[in-house]
Amino acid sequence: MSGSASREIDPAFTNLPYRSLGEAALGRAAELGVDHADFRFERVRYQDLAVRDGVLQNASDREDLGFAVRVVHRGSWGFASGVVLTPEEAVRVAETAVSVAQVAAQMTSDPIELAPEPVHHATWISAYDVDPFAVPVAEKAAVLVDWTDRLRGGAAVDHAAAFLEQVLENKYYADLTGTRTTQQRVRLHPGFQAMGTAGDTFDSMASIAPPVGRGWEYVAGGSDPDGSWDWDGEVAQVPELLAEKLAAPSVEAGSYDLVVHPSNLWLTIHESIGHATELDRALGYEANYAGTSFATYDQLGTLRYGTPVMHVTGDRTHPHGLATIGYDDEGVQTQSWDIVRDGILVGYQLDRAMARMKPELNPLDGEGRSNGCAYADSPGHVPIQRMANVSLQPAPDGPSTEELIGRVERGIYVVGDKSWSIDMQRFNFQFTGQRFYRIQDGELAGQVRDVAYQATTTDFWGSMEAVGGPQTWQLGGAFNCGKAQPGQVASVSHGCPSALFRDVRILNTVSEAGH
Amino acid sequence: MSTSHSSRAGRGPTPQAFVEHAIAASGADACLVVVRDRSSANLRWANNTLTTNGVMHAVSVTVISLVRIAGGIASGSASGAASSTAQVTALVAAADAAARASSPAEDAAGLAGDVVSADWDDPPVPTDVHVYDAFAPALGEAFGRARSADRVLYGFVNHEVTTTYLGSSTGLRLRYVQPTGHYGCTGKTADLAQSAWVGGATRDFADVDPLALDAELAQRLGWGARRVELPAGRYDTILPPTAVADLMIDAYWSAGARVAWEGESVYSRRPSGTRIGERVARPGTHLWSDPAYPGLACTPFVVATASSNTSSVFDNGLPLHRTDWIRDGELNALVQTRHSAAMTGQPVTPAIDNLVLGVDGVEGTTLDDLVAGTERGLLLTCLWYIREVDPQSLLLTGLTRDGVYLVENGEITGAVNNFRFNESPVDLLSRWTHASATVPSFSREWGEDYFSRTATPALRVPDFNMSSVSQAL
Repeated sequence: MSGSASREIDPAFTNLPYRSLGEAALGRAAELGVDHADFRFERVRYQDLAVRDGVLQNASDREDLGFAVRVVHRGSWGFASGVVLTPEEAVRVAETAVSVAQVAAQMTSDPIELAPEPVHHATWISAYDVDPFAVPVAEKAAVLVDWTDRLRGGAAVDHAAAFLEQVLENKYYADLTGTRTTQQRVRLHPGFQAMGTAGDTFDSMASIAPPVGRGWEYVAGGSDPDGSWDWDGEVAQVPELLAEKLAAPSVEAGSYDLVVHPSNLWLTIHESIGHATELDRALGYEANYAGTSFATYDQLGTLRYGTPVMHVTGDRTHPHGLATIGYDDEGVQTQSWDIVRDGILVGYQLDRAMARMKPELNPLDGEGRSNGCAYADSPGHVPIQRMANVSLQPAPDGPSTEELIGRVERGIYVVGDKSWSIDMQRFNFQFTGQRFYRIQDGELAGQVRDVAYQATTTDFWGSMEAVGGPQTWQLGGAFNCGKAQPGQVASVSHGCPSALFRDVRILNTVSEAGH
Repeated sequence: MSTSHSSRAGRGPTPQAFVEHAIAASGADACLVVVRDRSSANLRWANNTLTTNGVMHAVSVTVISLVRIAGGIASGSASGAASSTAQVTALVAAADAAARASSPAEDAAGLAGDVVSADWDDPPVPTDVHVYDAFAPALGEAFGRARSADRVLYGFVNHEVTTTYLGSSTGLRLRYVQPTGHYGCTGKTADLAQSAWVGGATRDFADVDPLALDAELAQRLGWGARRVELPAGRYDTILPPTAVADLMIDAYWSAGARVAWEGESVYSRRPSGTRIGERVARPGTHLWSDPAYPGLACTPFVVATASSNTSSVFDNGLPLHRTDWIRDGELNALVQTRHSAAMTGQPVTPAIDNLVLGVDGVEGTTLDDLVAGTERGLLLTCLWYIREVDPQSLLLTGLTRDGVYLVENGEITGAVNNFRFNESPVDLLSRWTHASATVPSFSREWGEDYFSRTATPALRVPDFNMSSVSQAL
């Protein structure tokens, strides 16, 4: 294994002049009489590798570097960003942000106010062992090439692809109240896919390994036995799984009981709970783009989201979550809290503006406090309310996945995510998966093909009869959650156990395509 | 207009200076440099008030180094924000090192060379918040008008100008200025029970009137005075140009030649081969891209910062011309790099940043004509959350959004609930029965972030698969 353990802020970042730029920008904003100003300096490194059929197709490095000034002035937001790292440019960008706020004030009828936050001086680094950027590209590419070579050894596999996405994110935040935070985090998303044909049928089988807030040890192994994935085992297994899938019968559409593995259920949680409990959506601020939410604020404390076994938390502190960080992009210390308890809606995800509007949600000293969900994906974008790690909790003494399957007379076991779609109020959704097994009299009875499950959010969670125990709980997630205008991308994790759902609508996707 | 390449009034070196510096600094056997100067300004509103806004400026530099190694030519690339030549020097070093550590590129090919844009020396073209000097006050007036009429407006406008400079050690010096703008506004009744949307693309906002948008939203919300609940099923459905754009972009993005050749797409003839030459649409149906299409002009040469199944860094600078993807109902071309073209034995037809769908014999026909000719059916507004379900049929799922209207005896008679659909856009091209003339359109799903330059007709499809009802309003 190459690379070295790295748990200090990258000197290449700390050598940059962010402190002086921040003081210049904030000083100028204060001179112009703003009510609030914050300065955010970011360097985000990306490296993507792609291999197809044993050949490295792409190895590219990208770095976003720059800073942003955001002000509240005359009751309006003003935002501007720049890339020239001089005090003069920081002052100019601050002046631009103020002038934008002056334009915006003409069209703002509800003055912007922010929930207070204690002053923080902190340095925070995420939990990882090996900085993936310290590992030679050739070493990482060799792993991907090896995966595709081994996958193509399977009789059913015509082609194989593998990829590795890596991110190293550094942020410095400062505001007029005095908060100064410097942070660093790493995230990693490796994966592969095998493709094959049988007659005129094409299909694929992909890795179900989730993206993680870990370093290269996730691939190469490390001291934490839970910190790496069994890549060799999965690479060996996938060709046979693909062969079985290509030969599997097409599902008969109808109503089935489902046992859903965490590798699939995380995405259903993301779409039907995570986005639905973003307060900005519930209050209409995403209505023109990502949409609103059926979980409107007037239903807080009364909306029956699902059965009493449903307990969902928001958490930006889980050690390896993709949305985990110490302080958010508004200088708020991150937290964990309940969103759904005993099946009832009890919480939302907040930023400082939202927290100020609904102070009863997260009170601190008699005022509302953000629960730390502001995030911007680059120095060129304004922070918005983004998703915490939203997770379904296991039952403390809950059953194993096999025991859940054992409770099903006629059903389907769903593993791995694939296609996903949900409406703009988070009612109606449709998901597919990597593989679907028929359950007959409590036992798996081989794969079936062409399956999608379709439901309405509260019907689906209202049909959840049981959740598995802690031994079934896994942390899934995504690198590419989109939201806002201009569009931004965020990474987020979702933990969940296996779970049992009764009477869910199953579609046959071949029939859906017919006419 | 010419300018010095060395500096710009305290804002750092010019893009051209970055290009020349990178090429001079590179120790690779060949080098490509892409500099993008991008400025943008946006306004966002909700609940009849402005919510966020921003003015951004960024300069990004991508250096692609090519080196001869045992077995062929390897490439490596590095990209980053740049405001100094020192930053570019670091990118060159990273790209050179990446290339030397890489393996031979399967798409290796000779670079284009010795082509210089007449405007190469010109500076980047900026935009700023003043692009809304006329729009912003009118938007404020629209807020007031909507508030007084119990409507709520939510929307977003964005204008950006990207000036791209592509240089190479083989003599490419190409420049292109791409203005991109779009607007979208959702209107709701005060009780949030009805919703409507209007949106489109623009190059300069001179043609966008917020008061006119509000008036159109008011008309559409008026159609919702009568509410009709309909079950899932197959409906005679009129897809307006924006919804057709939503679907055709997916059809285009799935048209990579390599994956088709290798059996993995709707355009495959399995186990190996493509459907080029096969009928995939009704006769008279044409799908094409053309960088010179009026109103949708886009970069007329290849700019590729990374290689993939549908792009090759070695193809940078190749000229782009009109490419017919579907000609008179037959699949005529797929998205080809030189590498995939050699694999498939087809002409080189790289991706182009616009898309046009046209139908013969419908000149002068409008969306209103399609409505007038429909006895009973649905008129959609736009589609949302479109995702691929099955690549071999290109089955897509998604939802209707912000206005499904019932058409009876040629007139709109009410608003219908939303639906989830399951359909293949390629299949729709064989099933449509009526079409309007092609007009500028804008995909609500993909236009804002990825692909805004489309022109499409409205299409009427007799048996559009509304798989289930969506309760969303």
